[in-house]
Amino acid sequence: MIEAVGLTKRYGAKTAVYNLSFQVRPGVVTGFLGPNGSGKSTTMRMILGLDRPTAGHVTIGGHPFRRLPNAPRQVGALLDAKAVHGGRSARSHLLSLAQLAGIPAQRVDEVLGVVGLQDVAKRRSKGFSLGMGQRLGIAAALLGDPQVLLFDEPVNGLDPEGILWVRNLMKKLAAEGRTVFVSSHLMSEMALTADHLIVIGRGQLLADMPVKDFISANSADFARVRTPGAEPAQREKLTSVLVEAGGQVLSEPDGALRVTGLPLPRISDLAHDADVRLWELSPHQASLEEAYMRLTQGAVDYRSTDDRLAHLQPPAQPGQPGYGTPPQPPVQDVPQQGWYAPPPPGQSPYGAAPQAPGQNPYGAAPQAPAQNPYAGAPQAPAPGPYAPPAAPQPGLPQPSDDTSKDVR
Amino acid sequence: MTAPAHHHAQAPHAYVSPIPVRAAHLGDALASEWTKIRSVRSTMWTLGVMILLMFAIGLGVAALASASEAPLGEESALGFGFFGMLPASICVITLGVLTIASEYGTGMIRTTLTACPSRARVLTAKAIVFFLLVFTLTTVVTALVAAAQVAMVDAAEPTGAEWLRATVGAAAYLATLGLLSMAVGTLIRHSAGAITVMIGLLLLPLVAAMFMFSQSLKSVQEFLFTYAIPSQMISLYSETPPFGESGPAGWEPLLIMAAIAAAALGGAYALLNSRDV
Repeated sequence: MIEAVGLTKRYGAKTAVYNLSFQVRPGVVTGFLGPNGSGKSTTMRMILGLDRPTAGHVTIGGHPFRRLPNAPRQVGALLDAKAVHGGRSARSHLLSLAQLAGIPAQRVDEVLGVVGLQDVAKRRSKGFSLGMGQRLGIAAALLGDPQVLLFDEPVNGLDPEGILWVRNLMKKLAAEGRTVFVSSHLMSEMALTADHLIVIGRGQLLADMPVKDFISANSADFARVRTPGAEPAQREKLTSVLVEAGGQVLSEPDGALRVTGLPLPRISDLAHDADVRLWELSPHQASLEEAYMRLTQGAVDYRSTDDRLAHLQPPAQPGQPGYGTPPQPPVQDVPQQGWYAPPPPGQSPYGAAPQAPGQNPYGAAPQAPAQNPYAGAPQAPAPGPYAPPAAPQPGLPQPSDDTSKDVR
Repeated sequence: MTAPAHHHAQAPHAYVSPIPVRAAHLGDALASEWTKIRSVRSTMWTLGVMILLMFAIGLGVAALASASEAPLGEESALGFGFFGMLPASICVITLGVLTIASEYGTGMIRTTLTACPSRARVLTAKAIVFFLLVFTLTTVVTALVAAAQVAMVDAAEPTGAEWLRATVGAAAYLATLGLLSMAVGTLIRHSAGAITVMIGLLLLPLVAAMFMFSQSLKSVQEFLFTYAIPSQMISLYSETPPFGESGPAGWEPLLIMAAIAAAALGGAYALLNSRDV
């Protein structure tokens, strides 16, 4: 059990972690999510007593790490896969750690086998790939066979086979009754690995809830229904029928309807009974990645801008269209990409958001972002017509208030 | 428990490792540091070069002296050991700094302090292992070199006290200088920076003193000539102060170096304990 209370860390004027309170319980994999620079690693270092909190405290099993009896037998950690002396062989590295913690030397060969590095144990770790380095770091964490395990970005640099291995390892360790705390910036990975999520952004807690709750709160299914564009009456008619049948209907910018609360066959039946023709009836699911990005988008520290190579562009020379500035397409062209198709899988719908804020149904822009700088929206029952159907998301922005209660 | 997916029977805190738990102590840390220091090449390189330089320079100087006709007076041949000590001290400084600063450079220090939250124990183990390694090795080398020098050069027969200072004393001086380097490495946390500081400390006072021609700086010049580290190494071989009437002689340079190293190590302990890693 890891318990943080009001954890705060400031480096000069920069606040890396602010007033973070959470519990990490044994028996489940707890994912620790946040964008780059959100304070995940700082928090992990504070848990391990490497950094001293400016305010608040964090304990493991009731003790601060540095006062924990037999600490290396109770806590194992992978902080940074590159945190080894490259000139030392994998085996010597682990042996020195085992000796330091009073662990029998034979355990070194056991963990080398567990992470699959037994064949390169004698090689200097300088020549290791990132994936091998991660395995060595995981081996070091497992050395003391500890009750509490912390992993900072354990799948970085691993191949798909390695990712699967780490995923199963985490689950197995948790199933043995251990406390497993895994940080990542990949929601998709955590959705598969973790049972519980702690999400932070800019050093503050954004969410603390079981993954199942996060999924049900954020990845609500909806159906997109489109009626013939030239006949608005049909659209009105269908809307009223669907609402009567208990569905929630929202209008999308291009005239399609977003329907929640009714299964697809039922929508089709209702439309048929109402004598409304459908041009489209398609199932959609907001992805977890999307929900996560919506939650953290206000808290992203490092945002890229377009690389315009501005200083290399020759100044515009009127009258010489050939070699001057490339002809600028009219800005209005851009949003003309069809909204009929759902966004291609894997392509972030946010990529398009800045171009047409008002038109992108996924963009968080219409959701009164001013109310909460971190969460995109879900706080107020969104007034905008395009709010995602999952608007009544319990406790996303105030996790410590309601969602944590049922957990504790 | 909240996650319905896990219906395992264990209650929280159920996992108990089958490996017997015992409290780690300084002995474990010593074993660990011994493993660390012998499993990196920089140790072999710095100590290997040190041994090579001490033998080559010590025997070379002795050969030159024996070929020369000039009388040595009442001096014994042990004083020639100094010429090997100066380059050896650069190797020892490098190793002393690397012992701790390489952990900062690679990030290994975080892994180490996760495996042993008692930072003082880690630093103590490092200091003991490093000191004993350098002390043992240089005692053997200085003894061999001194024996060869005494045999080669026709000079006064050294006394037992002189033998002790030229071997154990010189080795202890080098190892203590190494401890000072380790403390500086802990304070600065950067290999190149700490090595630069230590080499500067070793050589610059003497170089600066050499160019203090002004009469007004005379006292400063004398102080530097007397207390610069190479001067103190020479004093180690001499019963009376070799530079003027006052100044350290005999075992005194070792005590001075030990006091400086102890102060620096005290600072290193305090900062290591309070600083974020």
